[in-house]
Amino acid sequence: MTLLVVNGARVEVQAEPGENLLWVLREKLGLTGAKYGCGEGQCGACTVLVEGRPRRSCITPLSQVEDRKIVTIEGLAKEDALHPVQQAFLEADALQCGYCTPGMILSALALLESNPNPGDEDILDAMEGNICRCGTYPRIKAAIQKAGANMGGAVE
Amino acid sequence: MRKRLADRETPEIERYELFERPGYRFALDRRDFLRFSTTGLMVVLSAPALSAMQESGRRGRGQSQPRQIQAWLHIDEEGLVHVFTGKAEVGQNIRTSLAQAVCDELTVPLDSVKLVMGDTDLTPYDRGTFGSRTTPVMAPQLRRMAAAARRMLLARAAEKFEAPLDALSVVDGQVRRRDSEDSASFGELTKGSRLSREVSEEEPIKNPRDWTVSGRSAAKVAGESFVTGKHRYTSDLELPGMLHGKVLRPPAVGATLSSLDSSALEEMQGVKLVRDDGFVGVVALDSRTAERAIRAIRAEWKLQPNQPNSRSIFEYLKSHPSESGGWRVRPPHVVGSVENALAAAEETLESSYTVAYIAHAPLEPRAAVARWEEGKLTVWTGTQRPFGVRGELAEAFRIPEEKVRVIMPDTGSGYGGKHTGEAAIEAARLAKAAGKPVKLVWTREEEFRWAYFRPAGVIEVKSGVSKDGRLLAWEFHNYNSGSSSIRTLYEVENQTIQFHAADSPLRQGSYRALAATANTFARETHMDELANRIGKDPLEFRLQNLKEPRLRAVLERAAKEFDWGTKKTGQGIGFGLACGFEKGGYVATCAEVSADSPEDIRIRRVVAAFECGAVVNPKHLENQVEGAIVQGIGGALFEAIEFKDGKIVSDRFSRYRVPRFSDTPKLEVHLIDRQDLPSAGAGEAPIIAIAPAIGNALFSATGKRLRSLPLQNSV
Repeated sequence: MTLLVVNGARVEVQAEPGENLLWVLREKLGLTGAKYGCGEGQCGACTVLVEGRPRRSCITPLSQVEDRKIVTIEGLAKEDALHPVQQAFLEADALQCGYCTPGMILSALALLESNPNPGDEDILDAMEGNICRCGTYPRIKAAIQKAGANMGGAVE
Repeated sequence: MRKRLADRETPEIERYELFERPGYRFALDRRDFLRFSTTGLMVVLSAPALSAMQESGRRGRGQSQPRQIQAWLHIDEEGLVHVFTGKAEVGQNIRTSLAQAVCDELTVPLDSVKLVMGDTDLTPYDRGTFGSRTTPVMAPQLRRMAAAARRMLLARAAEKFEAPLDALSVVDGQVRRRDSEDSASFGELTKGSRLSREVSEEEPIKNPRDWTVSGRSAAKVAGESFVTGKHRYTSDLELPGMLHGKVLRPPAVGATLSSLDSSALEEMQGVKLVRDDGFVGVVALDSRTAERAIRAIRAEWKLQPNQPNSRSIFEYLKSHPSESGGWRVRPPHVVGSVENALAAAEETLESSYTVAYIAHAPLEPRAAVARWEEGKLTVWTGTQRPFGVRGELAEAFRIPEEKVRVIMPDTGSGYGGKHTGEAAIEAARLAKAAGKPVKLVWTREEEFRWAYFRPAGVIEVKSGVSKDGRLLAWEFHNYNSGSSSIRTLYEVENQTIQFHAADSPLRQGSYRALAATANTFARETHMDELANRIGKDPLEFRLQNLKEPRLRAVLERAAKEFDWGTKKTGQGIGFGLACGFEKGGYVATCAEVSADSPEDIRIRRVVAAFECGAVVNPKHLENQVEGAIVQGIGGALFEAIEFKDGKIVSDRFSRYRVPRFSDTPKLEVHLIDRQDLPSAGAGEAPIIAIAPAIGNALFSATGKRLRSLPLQNSV
């Protein structure tokens, strides 16, 4: 039995400690917002936040996240209000098929929490591990900068 | 006759999109759709079967032909509009653009229109979502239905208000009387009644200049469900009692199973082996157990020897012509005499170009959920051809198509790579054996190894030109990669152009823009070589030999926005341009590159001009053009499938590089909105000119001419 704190809720999961977090989120907890894209931590579709930092859940064993705060895309919007990063992605039309979007948004959020006004290089550093096959990178970049501006640096 | 029609009136659909047998096209029974609506207003669009088959929206020859339903539209008592089409949403935003089209004609707000798409039980037959056909063909069809519905509602209101038609107008889902306060919502007008009408392709629709919803940047329909993670892709679906499946794969293409030991599975709880001839799979209670079970199987394989590899493939393709691929071999396109013109030309040039196999690598790999209920099979799967996959399933299980339903949730992209139903058939086979619903999600490795590729190819070009830059002779042979955009739009009096089908050792098929990328790469690189040979500016040389006004317009626009010819090349910086036409779209692309060393090629800036008729949604169009260019950078610079002895070596993202943030240049897209012309699709054409633009820029930077895609492999 492993204790996880997912989107603010404490949940107990019956799984081997070496099992990957992505599988636990998707099949055990029904949180399908994190996507499988490669299984080797290369594409970022499975990105979640662990203690505020982006982690590739497909290569993160359960044992490493026990009792730590995990945020998935399902945990961002508060009731009906989208998170500013989600809102910015919509406004910038920073998606096409949307499969990479949850991972992109969480990577972007982690960046903005440490740096609300990221420059081009900061964005490259933070986002290089997230693949968008539809090629919406210029729009994602714009969305990140817009979200940073909207959050006015006062990111929680 | 069909050949002539196909040649002249429709953009060429390549063999990869046609090789499968024609699907059955049973006209749907009226009760099939009327069951969705006991009351309300129903409009059905039907077209002659020939036209439907060619999906071209033209009139057939004669009215005696069977008519086939193309789409239908229903307005319920709440005024909610449901539109049914067999098209599939894979991120290209047709769910938005088609709704915009309906709103224009019906004069309703965007949020009152819901598209029901890609469900073989709910929507009319559609051959598939490919070939950039949705915008030029399906959108006008939906417009006709919506226009007819508006006219019906107006007539109904005229009756109700006892007013002449010209005293009425439609505003925001309401019919209003101009000379009084009277108004009625669509819901009120349809309440309690059953209005239905069949419309034909002659139903008048609005001119793009009168659009009020199209032509504007409507937001992505259901966009919120994507940014919140709520949207359920196939791989996110779960059915009660569902099991998880896995399929045993051979180690290489052409390998056959010689022995199998599955004894290890006996100890694994809830695991079941499924074997059917060459098919071996397992089902388990969860996907991790299924993965472990498939790894626990000991299998021996007989490998197929002497297969070509990614180095020898080009010689192989040239020396293995195919007459049996199931497509019609086309005679060469010949005008004048290339031979005579070459003999007379002051300058001649001969070059050979190659393109590698590349993978679509959609971020959502193939996936399917299958369920059998009383002999009826339902499969959820991400495919661009739900009806084609229905046919594949019916064939695989020897059941009639009426017993198969394919549902296509909006999918994690395709790029031409999801025309087929491998995962659907596999999941259905496992579900049949298990007696329970089964979900199967391909791994990234399976997607790289067992999906199909964009064809590799060899292109040989011979040309002749006068000293003052007039193109005199053009001979162009494409081996295997395909015939899309094989013709040249440059003026040249003597031409021989031919596609040569070859036997591909790897599975190949459709890819965004098909061979237009390969053919445009060869043509536009060769044009650059010719310009260089006679010492002319590449832009000037192209314009000198180009009359086609739409192609000239994008070329001139891109060059102007790029400030072509105003900056100095050299010191590792170079500029290149290219242009082309495919599937109704005209594109020109200029690139600025730096190449400090062969290993350090950077694309610094790209400027593209694109024109595809009247613009439906500027923001989404710009997004498509940008995305195509970014994706095209991969195939241009570094994407290539490495294979050896039938094994796909580049079978994961750590071994197959796709474009990332750092590969994205400063990107400027300029759209030319031709409201006087019908809209064409835009998902494909913008990808075709980036590779030659980069290659030509690299030549200008380094003086080295690169003739192979990906360019980095030939540096």
